[in-house]
Amino acid sequence: MSAARTSPRSVAVPAPAEGTGWVGKSIPTKESVRFTTGHGSYLDDVKLEGTAHIALVHSPYAHARIRSIDVKEASAMPGVLAVYTGEDIRKLVDPFMQLAPPPADKVLDYPLAVEKVRFVGEPVAVVVARDRYLAADAAEMVQVDYDVLPPVMDAESAASPSAPILHEAIGTNRVWDGVYEYGDVDGAFAQADLVIQEKFHYHRFNSAPLELNAALASFDRRTGELTLYTNNVMPMFCMPLVASSLRLPSDRIRVIVPDVGGSFGNKINSFPYMVLVSVLSMQLGRPVKWTELRSEFLAAGTHGNERTFQIEAAVRKDGTLLGLRGEAFDDTGAYARYEPAGAVIWAQVAFSMYRHKNLRLHFHSVFTNKCPVGPNRGYSRAQHLFLYERIMDRIADRLGLDRGEVRERNFVRADEMPYQAPNGTVLDGGDYARALHRVQEMLDLPSLRAQQKALRARGRYLGVGIAAALDSAGNNFAQVRVINPHLPFSGNSESARVWMDMMGRVHVAMGPTNQGQGHETMASQIVAHELGLNPEDVHALPGFDSHSHPYTGHSGAYASRTAVMGGGALLGAARELRRRIQVIAAHLLKTAPEDILLEKGEARSRRTGNALPLSVIGGVALGNSLELPLDMDTNLSVTYVYRPPFRIPSHVDKKGNFTLTYSYQVHGAVVEVDPETGKVHLRRYVAVDDCGNMINPAIVEGQVIGAAVHGIEAALLCEAKYGADGQLLASSFTDYLCATSLDVPPVEVEHFITPSTAGPMGVRGVGEGGGTALPALAAAVEDALSPFGVTFQDSHLTPERIQSAMRGRAPTVPSPP
Amino acid sequence: MKRKVSLRVNGEEREGWAEDRMLLVHFLRDELNLTGTHIGCDTGHCGACTVLLDGKSVKSCMVLAVQAQGRKVETIEGLEREGKLHPLQEAFREHHGLQCGYCTPGMILSSLYLLRHNPSPSEEEIRRAISGNLCRCTGYVNIVKAVRAASERMATRVEAPSTEETG
Ligand code: FES
Ligand code: FES
Repeated sequence: MSAARTSPRSVAVPAPAEGTGWVGKSIPTKESVRFTTGHGSYLDDVKLEGTAHIALVHSPYAHARIRSIDVKEASAMPGVLAVYTGEDIRKLVDPFMQLAPPPADKVLDYPLAVEKVRFVGEPVAVVVARDRYLAADAAEMVQVDYDVLPPVMDAESAASPSAPILHEAIGTNRVWDGVYEYGDVDGAFAQADLVIQEKFHYHRFNSAPLELNAALASFDRRTGELTLYTNNVMPMFCMPLVASSLRLPSDRIRVIVPDVGGSFGNKINSFPYMVLVSVLSMQLGRPVKWTELRSEFLAAGTHGNERTFQIEAAVRKDGTLLGLRGEAFDDTGAYARYEPAGAVIWAQVAFSMYRHKNLRLHFHSVFTNKCPVGPNRGYSRAQHLFLYERIMDRIADRLGLDRGEVRERNFVRADEMPYQAPNGTVLDGGDYARALHRVQEMLDLPSLRAQQKALRARGRYLGVGIAAALDSAGNNFAQVRVINPHLPFSGNSESARVWMDMMGRVHVAMGPTNQGQGHETMASQIVAHELGLNPEDVHALPGFDSHSHPYTGHSGAYASRTAVMGGGALLGAARELRRRIQVIAAHLLKTAPEDILLEKGEARSRRTGNALPLSVIGGVALGNSLELPLDMDTNLSVTYVYRPPFRIPSHVDKKGNFTLTYSYQVHGAVVEVDPETGKVHLRRYVAVDDCGNMINPAIVEGQVIGAAVHGIEAALLCEAKYGADGQLLASSFTDYLCATSLDVPPVEVEHFITPSTAGPMGVRGVGEGGGTALPALAAAVEDALSPFGVTFQDSHLTPERIQSAMRGRAPTVPSPP
Repeated sequence: MKRKVSLRVNGEEREGWAEDRMLLVHFLRDELNLTGTHIGCDTGHCGACTVLLDGKSVKSCMVLAVQAQGRKVETIEGLEREGKLHPLQEAFREHHGLQCGYCTPGMILSSLYLLRHNPSPSEEEIRRAISGNLCRCTGYVNIVKAVRAASERMATRVEAPSTEETG
């Protein structure tokens, strides 16, 4: 089904400096042994003696003032240990630090609602009980009296001065707004042959990992130490938030992240719950566990950023895009728990993969009475890339050109790489046009067109859509200073520790959590590759534990970063350990360090062929060290921090290199649409992906397919839809539809390998390219229904939406082949 | 009120205490400490909790522990034989049929039920058999491949008898 293809400028993975060439091999993941036998250890599998469980009481209203909460009856229920309201918790913790500049920095955000509720599902009280059943029983008995307020349900109206205000303390619903302007936008519009005006809407959804959020806190009153088990995937970035909210010094908090059952970004905003179980454990002096319900996840977990664009494109009649200008409204929901980071993260792909130079976007982040948004696969970039792809389709359609040709005309070319976009971001290699051609070939476009024509004559509507996108990885945190110059974040880094013990065994640990990307496997491959071992012989510590794993403040599994950032750290640590081993071995073998080759678990002199097993090196260095000169370094534990060379972008001109590497992908979809029912049948789906050198191609392919399916289901199935009254209309998997094995065809993948000019080992990040499916499917559905002349502005293509667009329309002339 | 529930799990007699309303999945996980059976939803849609009850695949979040009294349950922990992986486990591993692994136990049990009744299923039959199990990571492609590979492997080997038979 898939084959690796090599683009003309591609080279294979570079030969290893030493050893056995494990980088680039599709070995089965190490994790799969415990996962296939039921011995994975996910958060809810962690059991501590005497654990109490919590159940949350949720707001049934989108916007209301809390008049009173009566916990009397609930407190008297069997097994109940305590009931806390938002007011109670407010006295025990500090509100979360806000990223936004004034006035939105004054928003007060606590783990439970205080004074007001601002979205359906917001927790207002918590019951702690002996077990989860008793906690749930008692939560039902908590009586909350509300004064219902009018909700604000879309970003554009929320931004208007007459809208009801969510956070009275700041007097506005604006989280942030600002204008990004690059190039000569008005000049571009003055030269345009055609100006296209459009409004696009990118809907709300999330990627819904199968394992729900959970946290288990255990406070030891004797030592004053809090052990916090969490499946948060950016735990050390969250730690300052958690520690300061709990008023605990960070050295009193140990964070353990066991196996994580998927995240896709959705497990970053769980810090309010981490604080909640922690403070309850501190209060009650026993472990307290929270396991989220699916209904809670859907209503109060994380939604992806919902965005509306009002946009104008300046175009030359040959299809060249000259400039874009307009407004973007990000509906961030009721609290800014990661926002307004999304108001700048999109700028990593400000110009997408296109050559045009002029862009002016007024970006608004706005509070609404919906679930807070946060990272979701393709965070904030997928929305922007959707805009570009839809604009390319519009340009082609308006000018009567081929949609593929218009993209080709506008793509950055292979011979321009590395290419600096007008906002300072650098595309680090690739051949976009060639990937497009390959997708067209895989789909056999001419025969599809013939089929389309034949089917139309019989009243059946086949369509094909192709879209392209970038997957940026290794973000420069300093980009948040574009929105708030006072934020103490910049750069990016990752830490890995590689060490050899006295028996010559090699161990590795690193900062990112493991949520299914096979980090233990890829770490073992890189270390084995560098030290001449077999990956099976490298012991990779599972999960993350702040007491045993190295980390930096950037550590975590998010933004497609682990291959790039973790890869850089692993490489640095393994190479330094190799050097130290070489020095010791050279002394023992009476040769020079450069003469020592590490291979098959031995240190061997190339010159003499004499060799020592690593167990001897470890034994001498760590236990028999008088065999070595006193001034020789016997430390066989290396911690290395990898740090790409970023600079701080200017918050005045908003320019800078916002991210390190860019994978790209082109996706093609073939659909058949039933014009009566509006149902879309996905017939075929193909993808070409180029993430540079691959550490483990099977893992990469898994990421590409998984991401594509998330995009497909986002386009066709799932939506976190709200009614006008603020009720969430998707409260379980009954109405929040995720793709089953029957909903998606086998995604076919091919890889190009153009090594990155920026990332270590020539790798780029991978895993978030799935956003490509949304514009590809919108394009395919429009193509299918082109005889009816319908277009779609929304990223979500439900049968209802398609039916209503079709209403009253008959097929016009049979469309040209 | 709690009552004693005795059942045969993976061929072994086990017992524990359960209130009438306790779900089988919670009984397995919390009373018997068999945490390989997972929970991914509250409505019986995700299949993460799939086990075999008297040889039939069921969602253990839709069965009460007391309903399993005296019956036979097979969970993911019972598939290995003398330290050797079951062909389905091997195939999921070799074909990269998992990422986070959270759906894997349920997927493997649904697949086991399929292969016991249909030793050489078509792609379509495999897809139908696992359609009650959500995988949020893999897009199903490699899961289907793994089940097919396991069916081929099992056709050439005799499958180890199910735990109910050995037990
Ligand atoms: S836990 Fe989802 S079906 Fe049982
Ligand atoms: S492997 Fe993660 S849900 Fe299937």
